[in-house]
Amino acid sequence: MNSIGEECTDLKKKYDDCFNTWFSEKFLKGDHDDSMCSSIFRIYQECVKNAMKQQNIDFKEIDKDILGTENEFKAPPQEGTS
Amino acid sequence: MARYYENTSTFNFSWDQVVRGYWKRYPNPQSTHVLSEDTWSRQIKDGCLHTKRVLTKTNRVPKWGERFFNAKSVKIIEESIVDPDQKVLITYTRNLGYTKVMSVVERVEYRSAGPHQTVARRSAWIDSQVFGFSRAIRAFGVDRFKKNCTQMASGFNHVLHALYERQASHGLAPVSHTLKEMRSAAAAAAAATDRAAANVLSSVNRT
Repeated sequence: MNSIGEECTDLKKKYDDCFNTWFSEKFLKGDHDDSMCSSIFRIYQECVKNAMKQQNIDFKEIDKDILGTENEFKAPPQEGTS
Repeated sequence: MARYYENTSTFNFSWDQVVRGYWKRYPNPQSTHVLSEDTWSRQIKDGCLHTKRVLTKTNRVPKWGERFFNAKSVKIIEESIVDPDQKVLITYTRNLGYTKVMSVVERVEYRSAGPHQTVARRSAWIDSQVFGFSRAIRAFGVDRFKKNCTQMASGFNHVLHALYERQASHGLAPVSHTLKEMRSAAAAAAAATDRAAANVLSSVNRT
């Protein structure tokens, strides 16, 4: 899969590979130390943020957290149940 | 008032397989509209993995909708939480920008339903605030969303099969020498047959 910035795609792939290994081999097995991919993540992030800046993407809107907050949409109550 | 829509799909893979596959689900044959995918932030809070990703997708609208929504692509923000203890993955996606024209919010909960099954419960809220056209746009949005649901499930299934089916068949290939090996090969074969049957059933149910 491509990155939003063409120049970041190689970094993205390296980071994704690292993350996928960490996720399967560490995180799901109960090891929650996430330092394994942090250096490649930093370099990749820098690239992506520069690419997004050039595309005038609204960072504030991305930073807004919805999931797990009270702003999350709730399913309407089901009909026929009280 | 937003239109609400929900549906449920079952994947014949363990929850661990589904969450590992979740990060690899693009590209797949059904995802040609997904142009890019990037991780924006990622951290562990209270034992859960919180991720925010930004995706770019092509914007497919009918001719009549182009006057409102002529962007070639849209940005999607995807928040997710993986709770490895409860075995729950929740994803929450929304479009970035153009939310007055059409806002699509989707929440999916992937929960373990036994050792070889994971159920995805999908909820969607589709809204529009274009004066005089909001009803038509909402109806179009719901219709497009329903069609996409089937594609999303079959695209994800494709990825899961590619990732894990090979492992299952490897267990059958070698000639077994010990009784223990033969027993486990037989068990793997039975499980593979069950899974295949379940796959056929679920694809029949989907259409």
